[in-house]
Amino acid sequence: MTTVMSGFIRFVENVGRKFVGGIAELGYVLVLFAESLYWGFVGHSRQQPVRVQSVLKEIREIGFNAVLIVSVLCMAVGAMLAIQGVATLKAFGQELRTIDLVAQATTREFASLIVGILVAGRSGSAITARIGTMHESQEIDALRVIGINPVRHLGSPVLLAMIVCVPLLTIVGYFMCIFGSGLFVSSALDIPLATYMERTLEVLTLNDVSQGLIKSSVFAIIIALVGVSNGFQVGSGAEGVGRSTTRSVVLSISFIVVADMIFTYFLNIASFS
Amino acid sequence: MHDMDLEYAIEVEDLETYYGDRQILRGVSLKVAPEEIMVIMGGSGSGKSTLLRYILGLNPPHAGTIKLLGNDISKISSQELYLLKKDIGVSFQSGALMRSLSVGENICMPLKEHTKLDENTMHIMARMKLEVVNLSGFEDLMPAELSGGMIKRAAIARAIVMDPKLLFFDEPSAGLDPVVAAELDELILHLRSALKMTIVVVTHELDSAFKIADRITILDQGKILLTGTTEEVKNSDDRRIQDLLNRRPKQEEIDPEKYLDILLGKKARQVP
Repeated sequence: MTTVMSGFIRFVENVGRKFVGGIAELGYVLVLFAESLYWGFVGHSRQQPVRVQSVLKEIREIGFNAVLIVSVLCMAVGAMLAIQGVATLKAFGQELRTIDLVAQATTREFASLIVGILVAGRSGSAITARIGTMHESQEIDALRVIGINPVRHLGSPVLLAMIVCVPLLTIVGYFMCIFGSGLFVSSALDIPLATYMERTLEVLTLNDVSQGLIKSSVFAIIIALVGVSNGFQVGSGAEGVGRSTTRSVVLSISFIVVADMIFTYFLNIASFS
Repeated sequence: MHDMDLEYAIEVEDLETYYGDRQILRGVSLKVAPEEIMVIMGGSGSGKSTLLRYILGLNPPHAGTIKLLGNDISKISSQELYLLKKDIGVSFQSGALMRSLSVGENICMPLKEHTKLDENTMHIMARMKLEVVNLSGFEDLMPAELSGGMIKRAAIARAIVMDPKLLFFDEPSAGLDPVVAAELDELILHLRSALKMTIVVVTHELDSAFKIADRITILDQGKILLTGTTEEVKNSDDRRIQDLLNRRPKQEEIDPEKYLDILLGKKARQVP
């Protein structure tokens, strides 16, 4: 009986500790967010600017270097959606509706989600690993004794670059998804690619396009904050860096998917009623 | 700032620090005069590196005050603290050079942060400091391409590039061969005489400590055993100090009851 009781107490204790830890981490991340923005906006007037050069370097790494892989993945997803669309809609004799389906599904949902997950895996993990190793080798301490605020030097450039890059990559994703789908549909249903594109432009509304862009901005903030905060809070040793990197990717992707669901609900709330 | 009129360049008073629940420093007080070389010594786990971290302001103290050049570092504003960093140089144990930057860029970092000099001037200053530490011609190499001793010297060049008033060394000779270690000692003495810096060195190397120190502070289990000149330390009759100086292993008498408790994993033996 007592062992059951003590086991239960230990369980409750663990849940409580995890919960408090989670709240503490949330607080840490919010402070990090505020601080990153603070240095971005106010740093200049305090003679401690966020260096444009480091933001550009991050943009090249996070954005420019990801264009090719985003293009390939989005084309594949576009084509996949088109194949499924044609196959299922054929039963209703509506296979031409595949064009509408793909146009809306990719702009509202798929492009931003694919880009978010890809950037989280590609850059989120790299950011955690980089900051984590810097922490391990006392480089962060060295920054601080020189007077360089580590959030300003490492956090702000990542956040700013993410907010610029992820939506832009999402726009690349829109084009490539629709292009990939267009290639399949135009050959399978024997219509010219130009007609396909015209029809796409007809169905797309500003609402469709903006939904993906709003969500991708949220994903950008999630990836940056999760990546940077896990880097700063890295445990000791090479093992600590590895664990934080994994944690960073898993958390980013989980938060992205959950945030996607929540935002999709609220962005479409008008259409339910 | 006007610190040469100051009585002490560094003043630490009643510093207490904790790591989790464990107390590391127990009421440490330390004063370093301007242009003095103070060596902080102690075995592993004595708290000497912790003391350095708190003096550098890397962690906030739990109790006590730390004054650098007359400024209480936990009371001054963040802007004042930022300006104070110009007067502080630190050479970390591992060097802590930014691996993504070349040696020259590393040395220019403090200049870029605190001055508006143009790029060429900065590079000239970096080369001058590399000359001081005997590394001229290495500014374009990456830290990964340097040996351990070279990394330490490059880190010293970065630490002195702003001509700081306070210079800190964490284990300068750890992991270096005796010749390079001796060269570093010479360099430290040279920096004090040429650039009039106040220098604090944390080390456990006896030879080096006695060679460079004006005064030595010995830490043991988070407390200061003694602060005094090299002579005073050598002549001290404290057993712990003599153990440290003569490399004798600690000879603590073991209480059999306590030892049994340790083996059984009990925190304190309960009295029936």
